[in-house]
Amino acid sequence: MNNRTYIARATDVAARMIGDELMIMSGKNSSLFSLNETAAILWQAADGITPLDDIVEQKLCAEFEIDAATALKDAEAMVIELAEFGILQVSESPLSDSKPPAGA
Amino acid sequence: MGLVQEMGARALQLGIPLSVQLDLTYRCNERCIHCYLDHEDHGEMSTDEIKDLLDQLAAAGVFFLNLSGGEIFMRQDFFEILEHARKLQFSVKLKTNAVMIRAAKAKRIAELAVESVQISLYSHKPEVHDEITKLPGSFKRTMEGARLLKSHGVKVSFANVLMKHNVNDYPEVQALAAELGVGYNVDATITPMMDGDRSILALNVDSTMLENVFHDPSLTGGSSDSFCAPPSGPLSIEDAYATLPCSAGHTACYVSPYGDVYPCVQFPFLVGNIRQQKFIDIWRESPQLQEVRSISVGDLQGCSSCVHGGSCSRCPGLAYMEGNMKGPSVQDCEKSYARTGVPSHNLLRKQAEAMTHPLALNIIEDASVRPGIPFVLVA
Repeated sequence: MNNRTYIARATDVAARMIGDELMIMSGKNSSLFSLNETAAILWQAADGITPLDDIVEQKLCAEFEIDAATALKDAEAMVIELAEFGILQVSESPLSDSKPPAGA
Repeated sequence: MGLVQEMGARALQLGIPLSVQLDLTYRCNERCIHCYLDHEDHGEMSTDEIKDLLDQLAAAGVFFLNLSGGEIFMRQDFFEILEHARKLQFSVKLKTNAVMIRAAKAKRIAELAVESVQISLYSHKPEVHDEITKLPGSFKRTMEGARLLKSHGVKVSFANVLMKHNVNDYPEVQALAAELGVGYNVDATITPMMDGDRSILALNVDSTMLENVFHDPSLTGGSSDSFCAPPSGPLSIEDAYATLPCSAGHTACYVSPYGDVYPCVQFPFLVGNIRQQKFIDIWRESPQLQEVRSISVGDLQGCSSCVHGGSCSRCPGLAYMEGNMKGPSVQDCEKSYARTGVPSHNLLRKQAEAMTHPLALNIIEDASVRPGIPFVLVA
C-alpha cells in the first residue's frame, strides 16, 4: 500500500465490548468475530477520516512501544482481513463513517 | 464450544446482560385468542425514555436486543427507536405480525441492517389464521409483509404457535415457509396471562397431538430419536448445583413498555423499574434478581431428582406462574412426557397424591391438564 490508507467501520454490524474482547457480528451473514486488543483498537479508531498510519502511530505505537514500520505492516494485513470479513471498509481515499445507518 | 457459546459463558462470568427483550408497547392491531397481554396503554415509555434506556443497555454490555410487543409498528416513533438502537450497534431482532409492513418499511428495515424479523403466522389457511388473530384480512397482509421483507434481503422466519385451532396446519405452514425461503419455528406453549389468568391454557393442544409434534422429524431436524429418547436420569448432585435453570436473570432479562424489568417475558417476577432506578443498578443490586440467580437445578424441589434431569425444558417463569419459582412447571412435565413417554417426578408425585385420596375432591391448582395425560387426576 503506497498511498495512504483509510479505514471505516462497516455500518451494518453489531458490536459490543464483552469484558476486554470486542465482539462484532457481521450484518451480511451473522458471522460473529472476537477481535483481539490490537484489532479492537484499529476498529474503534476507524472513523474513515484518519489515515491508517496516523492511527497506528497514535494508538498502537504509543500503547505497545513498537516501531511504526512494523506496526503499520501488521496493521495493513489485519485491516485487509477484517475487510474480507465485511466488518471494515478500506480505501485509498477518506471514507465518511460519520453518517448514521441509511434510512435516518 | 462455538464463539456464541463462548460469548455467553464470558457474559455469565462477568455478570453482563448479553440479551434483552424490550416490548415497546402492549397495544396491538390484532387480538390473538392465545395472547397473554393486556392491550390497553397504561402509560408506556416515551421516545426519550426508550432512547435513554437503550443508552443504558448499551453501556451495560447488552449485545442482543429483541424489540417486540404488542405490535411494534403501533408506535409512531418505531423507526426513530430502531435507528437509535442501530447507532448503538445492537444486534436487533424484531417480532411483529407484519400486517403494517409495506415497501417503505421493508426497505428501511433492510437499510438499518436488522439481524432478523420473526413474523407470527398461525396457519396456511386465511380463515384459520384470521380466526386466531381476530383481524379479518390479516393473513393476506402478513404474507405481503413477509414477502416484502424477503425481497429486500431481510432474514425472515415464521413463528407458528400451536393450539387446538391450528395444530393440524403446521406442516403446510412449514411448507409455506420453505416456499418463501424463510425460516420456521414452532412452539407448542401457550403462556398464561401476565396477570395470572390461566384460562387461555385451555387452548393447548392435547397430549396425542403434542406427542406427534415432538416425534415429527421435520421439526426436530431429523433428530427425533435422540430428542424423544428416554431420559438419561437425574443430574448428579454436583452437576445439579453447578447447572443454572436458564439464562433468565443471568445473561438475559425483559423490559416492559412501562419500564418494568423482569428476568424474562415469561417470568413476571418484578425485579425493578427503570423509571425509578438506573438499569445497571437494577441488574447488579435488585434483591429479586439476586433471588433468581441463587437458584440452581440442585435447588429445585422435585426437579433436582427427576429422571428428566438436564434434558427437561423446564421454564422457571412458568414454574413461578404455577406458584413456586423453585418448583416444577406442569406444562414442561407434560412436554417431557409427550416427548419421551416417561412421566416426570412431579407427575408421579401428583398421581401418588391423587391415589392416596381417590374419593376426595382434589383440585390440582396448577393443572394445565391436556387430555390424554394420565397422571394428573381430579377425583
